[in-house]
Formats: sequence, C-alpha cells, structure tokens
Amino acid sequence: MNAPFDPGTVPLDELAVGTRARVLSIDWEALDQGEACRLRHFGFDEGVAIEPLHLGPFGRDPIALRVGRMTVAIRRRHARAVRVVPLT
Amino acid sequence: MNPLPLVAIAGNPNAGKSALFNALTGARQKVGNYPGVTVERKSGRLVLADGRPVEVVDLPGSYSLDPVSPDEAVTRDVLLGRQKGERQPDALLIVLDASNLDNHLRFALQLIELGLPTIVALNMVDLARRDGLQLDQAALERELGVPVVETVAVRRRGLSELQAALDDMLSSPRCGVHAHVKSDLLHLQRRAREIATAAVISETPVRRWTHRLDAVLLHPVVGPIILAVVMFLMFQAVFSWSATPVDWIASGVAWLSDAATRILPAGLLRSMVVDGAIAGVGAVITFLPQILILFFFILLLEATGYMVRAAFLMDKLMHGAGLSGRAFIPLLSSFACAVPGIMATRTIDDQKDRLTTILVAPLMTCSARLPVYTLIIAAFIPDRRLVFGVGLQGLVMFGLYIAGIVGALAAALVLRRGVLKGGGGGFMMELPKYQLPSAKDIALGLLTRAQIFLKRAGTIILGTTIVLWALASIPQAAPGQKQSEVSIAGHIGAAIETVVRPIGFNRDIAMALLPTMAAREVAVSSIATIYSIDSTEDAASASTLEDKLRHAWPLPTALAFLAWFVFAPQCISTIAVTRRETNGWKWPLFMVSYLFALAYIAAGLTYWTAVALGL
Repeated sequence: MNAPFDPGTVPLDELAVGTRARVLSIDWEALDQGEACRLRHFGFDEGVAIEPLHLGPFGRDPIALRVGRMTVAIRRRHARAVRVVPLT
Repeated sequence: MNPLPLVAIAGNPNAGKSALFNALTGARQKVGNYPGVTVERKSGRLVLADGRPVEVVDLPGSYSLDPVSPDEAVTRDVLLGRQKGERQPDALLIVLDASNLDNHLRFALQLIELGLPTIVALNMVDLARRDGLQLDQAALERELGVPVVETVAVRRRGLSELQAALDDMLSSPRCGVHAHVKSDLLHLQRRAREIATAAVISETPVRRWTHRLDAVLLHPVVGPIILAVVMFLMFQAVFSWSATPVDWIASGVAWLSDAATRILPAGLLRSMVVDGAIAGVGAVITFLPQILILFFFILLLEATGYMVRAAFLMDKLMHGAGLSGRAFIPLLSSFACAVPGIMATRTIDDQKDRLTTILVAPLMTCSARLPVYTLIIAAFIPDRRLVFGVGLQGLVMFGLYIAGIVGALAAALVLRRGVLKGGGGGFMMELPKYQLPSAKDIALGLLTRAQIFLKRAGTIILGTTIVLWALASIPQAAPGQKQSEVSIAGHIGAAIETVVRPIGFNRDIAMALLPTMAAREVAVSSIATIYSIDSTEDAASASTLEDKLRHAWPLPTALAFLAWFVFAPQCISTIAVTRRETNGWKWPLFMVSYLFALAYIAAGLTYWTAVALGL
C-alpha cells in the first residue's frame, strides 16, 4: 500500500488544530524503540481517531492531541511519523 | 515470623494511584529507594477490619509491562518477583481511571494475566459522571473476571468496600503466579476497547472542564503569560511567606546556642557543639521554610495537573538547550534553592534529561548567594544611576543572574553533546484531567519532603559541619597566634591560596572558601570573622564590613569573587541531595569538579580582564 502518496492523507504534524482524523499508518521505523513503545502505550494504532487540540507557543511545537479518551503531547518530529486521513 | 501480606498498587500514570495509596495507608508511610536505582519505593501499612495488618506498596505508574523508563522496569520486576529489595506481592490492586478505560484496561488486562489475586479499583467515577459517562460496574467485573470496586480516592469514597474486598482476597488460599504471559500489545489494546465499550452504559457528550481550561491555559499567547504570573506569585510567596518562620528558626538556633554555651564548660566540647554543630546545621535548617513553601507549590501544580501544562508550554525553549519541558519547574525552583529543585527532577522520565537537569540546577542563582552578592556589590559597585532610573548596582546583580542562566544552558548543551549524549528528545506526556487536590495528599507530600531534608541535615550535613569545625579548631592557637592560621583549615587555606592566587584571590578569601562549603551565605560570616580578628588595632578607621573590604581588596579581586560565586558548588546540602538522587558518588563528584573548574576559569577571566583594563 503506497499510503504516504495518497492525496487524501497528510502527516499528523500538518493536520490543523480542531480537525478530526483517523490514523492510516505509523512509520515505526522513524521512531526509536522507546518512543514507538510509548506511542503504542498512548493508544496510537491504525484506525484510531485523533484530533490536534493545541500547539506549543514556540515554533508550534509540541502538539497536544486527543487520542481515544486521552490527551497526550508529543513533539512535531514524532507526529511526522504518523499518517492520517482527515474526516471533514 | 512471617512477613506481612504484601499488596501492590499498580496502574497507569494519572489513574490516582498515589491518592488511593494515601487514602488507604494515611500517614503510616515509608519512602525510600529501591537498591541500585533512583526509583522511589513508597510503602505503608493498612489495618483490615479484623485487625490484620497488611503492607501496601505503591508501584511507579506504568503503561505496560514492557518498560520504557527505569520506573516502569521496577514495576515489572516487582510484579514478577525479581526486583532486588522487594518480595513478590501476595495480591494486586489495579487502579483504573474510570473515564479512560480504553487505555487503562490494556495494562489491567496484562496485569490480570499474571494470575495474582487481583482487585480492580474503578477510580475517579465522580469525574467520569461529570463528563457524562455512565459505567456498568457489573459488566466490567464479568468481562475482567476479578472484583471491581468503585472509588473516588481523593474524596476517600469506596474505601471500606475496597478493604472488604482485600480482606476476602487475602483470606482465600493463593495460587502461584504465571510466568509473564506475553499477549501482544495490539491484541490487548483491541480487547481493552471492546471491554470499555461493553462497560459504557451511556455517554452524553459534555463540554469538559479540562478542555475549557486548556483553551485558556495552553493558549499560545495567554498560556505563557499565565505561566509567568503563576511563577511570579510562587516566588513572591517563597520569599515573603518564609521571612517569619526563618526568623523563628534563627532565634531558635540562637537560643539553643546560648543555652549550650551556658550549660557546657568552656573548651573544645562547647566549641564543637556551639560553633560546629549548632551553627552549621542552623545555617542549613534556616532554608527549610523556603524549601517547604516551594514544595507546597510544586505539589499543588503537580496534583492539579498544571505541571505538565507548564512543561508543554516550555518544552520547545528547553529543547533548544538539550533539555525537556519537564526540566522547567525544577530549574526555576532552583532560583530559590537547588535542593528542592533537584528533588523535583523526579518528574522527568528520561534518565539523561534528568541527570543533565540535576547537574545544571546549582547554576541557577539560589537565594543563599544573595547575601554574598549584596555585600560585595554594596562594597565595590558605586551606587550610580544609569538611564531611566536603572541603577548600576541593580544591573550588576541582574548580570550575575543572567550569567547563571547562560552558564546553565551552555553547560546543558555541552553535557548533552558529551557525557550525557543520546536518549532524550522523547518528550511524550499524557495531559491528565485537571483535578482539585486534597489537602491531606498535599500535607503528606510536604511531610515526606521535610523528613527527607531534616534526616539529611541530621546526618550528612551534621557530620560535615563537625568535620569543618574540627579542621578550623585543631590545633588550638597559643596566645598571640591567630586561630585561623594555626588550625588545619588554616594550612588548607594556605594551600588553597597558592591555587587561587593567580585568579586574584588573597589569603583571607582562601581562608573563607573552606567553611563556605557548609552553605554559600556562610562566606559573609567567615569574611566578617576574619576581618574582625585582623582589624582589632585599626577598628576605628574602618567601621562597616563593606569599608574594611574596600580597603583590603582591589576591585578586580572583588569582581573575580562575584564571578566565582556564580559557578562554585559551595553547598554540602546540594552535594548531599545530588548523591541521594543519583544513588552514588559518581555524579556529585563530577558536578563538584566541573563547577569548580568553571568557577576558577570565570573568576580568572574576570580578574585578568579587569586588571588589563586597569580597573
């Protein structure tokens, strides 16, 4: 599946605040083991609903997201590894 | 004698484990470290309805049995019965956040697979209801196959039901633990979602409080302003609220010192008690009010959920120096005192981030430096107005603060590229719901911090001050000799003098450096003592200490002395707390060496530049 080139998808760090989306794929290779593990702990998974809520005041980094019922903060660099389909 | 049955409390971070632990054990708690790691072990005692005592241990919050941090590794190892310094738990109490079941159930399922006798506390049911979530406790019990009790730990609700369930469980015979059954994480996660969906009776979407608050507190413009105001108020409180209790402690120390002087006969013993123990420990104990007030705020920020928001706001800036947003509050606290700052680094998950933060924390200008700065600035910097009512003296003081901050950021960058390379970068945090903390939890936290500090003051700090006293008092000076010269400390001072001579320090400064190890502000009294001894004959010509210093020190020396104090790690409390928090002597020794090296270079550069400029 050549998901990253699908025109309907964006990397998570480009998703606008308040836009709900569904996780299409996660590039686990782009993250180190601990980071990947922590993302899984937060419930990141293909098909999960996600919504950016807030951006950090400096350089719009980190990003606060709603994942399932949780709100988590990750850095922009981590968000880039997550490909999502916006639900508009 | 059989050890007490051991119940381990486990669960996700922010599930309310610690509140439940506090509610179950009250003030009967012990806080220590697991051997070989800097992970806190919190245990307490619970008495069941029939009078049977049970030991309860609060395991570090974890997301799963596949650890990412050292804390999580301890949780896993305790549960599997292979943690040094801990016996295998007899029963397990899993704490779940009722409004976050789909995530928390994953870990719960993993824990239930271990096969230990298990109870689930469905915690924070009040917040879940407030958010419009109705849960089916019976359905959850059926799906999980273990007893489920609804609780609100911070309000102490559901505790008797929980105790009754524990009682039942510990009375029935226990069976062995399965080896770590490794269901894969994704499977568990999907099963957790199924159960969570089955357990939800109804969900009315309510605009949640947390989101309304976050819209303001995490706002890109308003958020940082509010953070600045909160920090400002915190510092105001640290300095204004502490004034009175500091006076009480100071007069208490003075009274004790008088009493000891009256009771004990003149001689070495009296000198040791009065000049050594009471004076030394007294100087350190006067910081207790500031430390406790600071901790009151830190605990409050932590318990309400604001602490991680502050970390979120500051992360990008801290990241620039190779640190994480989590380092912001500990470093800021270090402006009052590095001791609570270093203790507060426990909230930093990443070990290298945490070590870096600990190592640079002493560079923040703590309040103990103020008396030294004030004395030297008053003596040497002319009280001249520059533009717009900005005074030269104030500008120098500001410059010293900036030097500390710049030094800390630069040191962090170097450390992250050198000895503490790698790791880090992993700023990933859960933003928990805002919560009204319970006064009892805050009080318990404060009590624990006070105990840790006082225990240290009573052991390592007492020991060090007595050693410093002995060095300054032995051998006793014969009439006509100066005690400050004949003592061992005098000889060490002479040796220090040869080392610090190139950076412009005279013999008097060299003499003061050793006793100043007790606490930085001791420098003022040491220098005062030296000059009161030496200037008996011309006492009339120079009245105040400032005047005496102006006569005795050239300006470059004074400036070099200021530069020295920006960096020098002259505080045994900080060294002691670093030893405790890093679990060994390696890092405190490293910290002391690099800070002394920096201090030497900074003082030297200042001195040589000032001399070259003809100041």
